[in-house]
Amino acid sequence: MKIAVSATGQDIEANVDPRFGRAQYFLIVDTETMQAEAVSNDNAMGGGGVGIASAQLVANKGAEVVLTGNCGPNAFSALAQVGVQVIIGVSGKIKDAVEAYKAGKYQAAPQANVAEHSGSPQGGGTQAMNQQMGGGMGRGGGRGMGGGGGRGRGMGR
Amino acid sequence: MIISVASGKGGTGKTLVATSLALSIADEGVQILDCDVEEPNAHLLLNPNFESSEPVEVLVPQVDDDKCNYCGKCSEVCVYHSIAVMKERVLLFPELCHGCGACSYLCPEKAITEVGRQIGVVESGHANGIDFVHGKINVGEAMVPPVIRKVKDKINSKSIAIIDVPPGTSCPVVEAVRGSDYCILVTEPTPFGKNDLELAVQVMKQMNIPCGVIINRAGSNDKSVEGYCARENIPVLMKILLSTDIAKLYSKGIPLVDGMPEYRQVFRHLYDDIKKAVAVEKSR
Repeated sequence: MKIAVSATGQDIEANVDPRFGRAQYFLIVDTETMQAEAVSNDNAMGGGGVGIASAQLVANKGAEVVLTGNCGPNAFSALAQVGVQVIIGVSGKIKDAVEAYKAGKYQAAPQANVAEHSGSPQGGGTQAMNQQMGGGMGRGGGRGMGGGGGRGRGMGR
Repeated sequence: MIISVASGKGGTGKTLVATSLALSIADEGVQILDCDVEEPNAHLLLNPNFESSEPVEVLVPQVDDDKCNYCGKCSEVCVYHSIAVMKERVLLFPELCHGCGACSYLCPEKAITEVGRQIGVVESGHANGIDFVHGKINVGEAMVPPVIRKVKDKINSKSIAIIDVPPGTSCPVVEAVRGSDYCILVTEPTPFGKNDLELAVQVMKQMNIPCGVIINRAGSNDKSVEGYCARENIPVLMKILLSTDIAKLYSKGIPLVDGMPEYRQVFRHLYDDIKKAVAVEKSR
């Protein structure tokens, strides 16, 4: 069986990238042989909708399971609709994560665990933050009442 | 003539200025168009009678599964990733779609048609002799410009159109001020006010729209906004002093020029100044 792991590097000694949509690489690992194919993720620096594009990438590589740190709603929905299982909260070395999966130590996530744009620079969720806190902030679009009744505003589209 | 009221920083008094100006020159034939479609509020002060409501739709793709062969061309050309082809399935994310039509145009199998999806409404009516129009985008929708365009379709070239612009300097602001003869930039004498005013001025320069500044909640020791305007040669059209009375009226939904009628004359002068500035600009 093939599983896709969001990765910070190109071999199974690398770490799991905490972000799914904006992972630098995906490693497509064959669980029987532990052979890994590294796929560079061109979506990592994209604007919006990168979770969907990344989901499409790994699904079309034949992955049946995704191991990652955090996964947003659009990516999760795309993967779920084509029957790809998503396991979130995974960290550490890819080799260890795949072994842990094979040993049945993980459970599939029932839903996304972070908001859209959590992994984007505007989302304010740094990699370290995602790793430690399990999720960064979503993209600011709100207009809170500021001092003197001001309405602040986040990034436009 | 089209006069837009914008700000850069939010909460500086755009709606206060737009509604006061509209009420003060109502006898000349005025239309107010609230383009702050994510949070329209001019109606709270003007209490219009709404006579019509029209849906705003954007076009999104619809895929004919019998014709689709999952070649993936549609998802390849969609820069917003709102259409994905995965394992012999086409997945649609309509809320990400900008309605550009590339997927349907370029589909080799002609399997994609475009269908309307409602994202908001435009409501129109009358208030105190003013033609009133505003747009309301549905909660959760991100595609603001199509709603603003639909509001602006209602502009009557025979009247003075006053556009209440959303705050900021992004796409919705550009869409709302586009085509204006003049833009009033409302700000406040604070570092935030000055910073965002500078950004808004850059937008107006880029768009070749003449502009002037109204300093609201004026009277503090912070003279940085005035200094900036003097350096950049931007006229300060009016100062509205920081006043609890004005805030009280506003909080009750009473228009400034109704509660403090002396302001009517001030806003009429503002209109005359703008008319002159526009005439000068046109004669260039």
